[in-house]
Amino acid sequence: MSKIPAELQYSKDHEWVRIDGDVLYVGITDYAQDSLGEVVYVELPPVGERFAADEEIANVESVKAASAIYNPVAGIVDTVNEELDGSPELINEDCYENHLYTLKDFDAAHVGTLLDAAGYAEFLKTLD
Amino acid sequence: MSEQSVFELSKPGRRGYAYPVSDVPVGQDLPAHLRRKDPPKLPELSELATVRHFSRLARMSFGVDYGLYPLGSCTMKYNPKMHNEVAALEGFARLHPLQDDDTVQGALMVMERLTASLGAITGMAGGTVQPSAGAHGEYTGLKIIRAYHLAREDHARTKMIVPVSAHGTNPASAALTGFSIVEVPTDDRGLVDTKVLETLLDETVAGIMLTNPNTLGLFERDIMKIASMVHSCGALLYYDGANMNAIMGMVRPADMGFDVVHLNLHKTFSTPHGGGGPGAGPILVTKRLLPFLPRPGIKNIGNALCMDWEERSSIGKVSGFWGNFLVLLRAYAYVLTMGCEGLREASRHAVLNANYLRARMNGMFLRPYEGLCMHEFVVSAQRFKEQYGVGALDFSKALLDRGIHPPTMYFPLIVHEALMIEPTETESLEDLDAFVTIMAELVGLASTDPDHLLRSPLHTEVRRLDEVRAAKNPSLRHCIDGMCTT
Repeated sequence: MSKIPAELQYSKDHEWVRIDGDVLYVGITDYAQDSLGEVVYVELPPVGERFAADEEIANVESVKAASAIYNPVAGIVDTVNEELDGSPELINEDCYENHLYTLKDFDAAHVGTLLDAAGYAEFLKTLD
Repeated sequence: MSEQSVFELSKPGRRGYAYPVSDVPVGQDLPAHLRRKDPPKLPELSELATVRHFSRLARMSFGVDYGLYPLGSCTMKYNPKMHNEVAALEGFARLHPLQDDDTVQGALMVMERLTASLGAITGMAGGTVQPSAGAHGEYTGLKIIRAYHLAREDHARTKMIVPVSAHGTNPASAALTGFSIVEVPTDDRGLVDTKVLETLLDETVAGIMLTNPNTLGLFERDIMKIASMVHSCGALLYYDGANMNAIMGMVRPADMGFDVVHLNLHKTFSTPHGGGGPGAGPILVTKRLLPFLPRPGIKNIGNALCMDWEERSSIGKVSGFWGNFLVLLRAYAYVLTMGCEGLREASRHAVLNANYLRARMNGMFLRPYEGLCMHEFVVSAQRFKEQYGVGALDFSKALLDRGIHPPTMYFPLIVHEALMIEPTETESLEDLDAFVTIMAELVGLASTDPDHLLRSPLHTEVRRLDEVRAAKNPSLRHCIDGMCTT
């Protein structure tokens, strides 16, 4: 079974988000990392650039495929997780400890419309 | 790998054949600074050492000449050796691309007639045989779609619709041509979701790229409706010919409403495939797109053929010289030896063989989309992954030990632990049965001895590769005595 921490919000594209003060942490879910397999490269977005909701913002490449990451909430890229540059496998080791990037000036109202843990678990049941 | 390169096997003074000393003064006319000071560092081996080296390499490799190669969507059919004989004919093999038209009439005729044959097979009005690969054909075709819209001063069409199950080259080619990609999902039949497609179509859409049958091996039965929806919004339909082997002589892309087609000669038309080419990806277009075809075309001027450079709307040149001519020649030999009825029979057998395997493998794997398939079908190893930790990769590795090339894995992306199986028409009933027996054995091992599959391959020259390291730290140079490949 996929791990789905209760305190996070989720998108149907398998990203998680967490509000921390005035920034938003964004990462991919356990379901996403498990489907991708061993991650070999993460292409992160340029800091300072604004991205709309559902806009393609990053790429995660695994031994199986390269997959686009869709920005779950509109905002400006504040920081990116540079550790992933040298160690993309951190995503497989713990996808909730190792985020992809953070957003500032994000659309806080939109965060509330994402799925909660129970809703995401239900959504996963509809797949496969 | 246990085999060293010819440079490492080299010993000074070893020779396979000793030439007499040249009595022609060499290089006296060359300026001193252009003359070599040291002889080139070529490997020095006896003939026997050379023969053994390449024989050992050949034994380590795998191709359709060794065994079944059911690599889905790649159509690894057997290529009759006669094609190579034709391509080796001196009159063709020794041509130079800069020869005058009047000295290469035969070659021009081959290209003209191949274009006409492919036009007849696809129902299209004309085309070019110059693109050197499928993706090159895609790029050329998409440039034509773009040129068509721009010629009508329709500048708003910036989007290309691509199904989620499409070949990776489709979105890549569209992006390279400057389109933004819009994905259309698959419905629960495994076909293009026409309800979603309806909502995507507007005056900003330049076209849609489809493969039919699609990458799940299913025929897009709504294709006429899709074509009419796409055309009525002013966009065009692009046909990816990767799966043409399912429909030759049965249905023509033009009759399904497509405007541009590329064909992979190295898949469907029995030219060498793999090892990176050379391939050929001719494109064919409907009448209204003829003016945009790349130059040069081939023009009949009564009693002779010549290269035709004129056409002001052309997208320009897409290839150095005239494409991979000797590949085109092999494809033309295939078309002529098969004939109309033969090509139709090839597709019929390709579909029959795939359905035979599908039916005989029923119950072994989950098949996410049911029903008859076309020339290939997709199964999922997901339940073995969940229960025993054995995935598509492990089944594939175990096949290597049993003299069979693995099917395509992890594609299409919409199926978890996908194995995409395409036997092609050239496999016999006995070979198909042998494959089923081996798959049944592996399915049994997955529950009784999953470790066996996880450790496979056990008997190949190279065992399981570290794919993560290969992707993260690829070693792309080989150095010997401080000399490195670039």
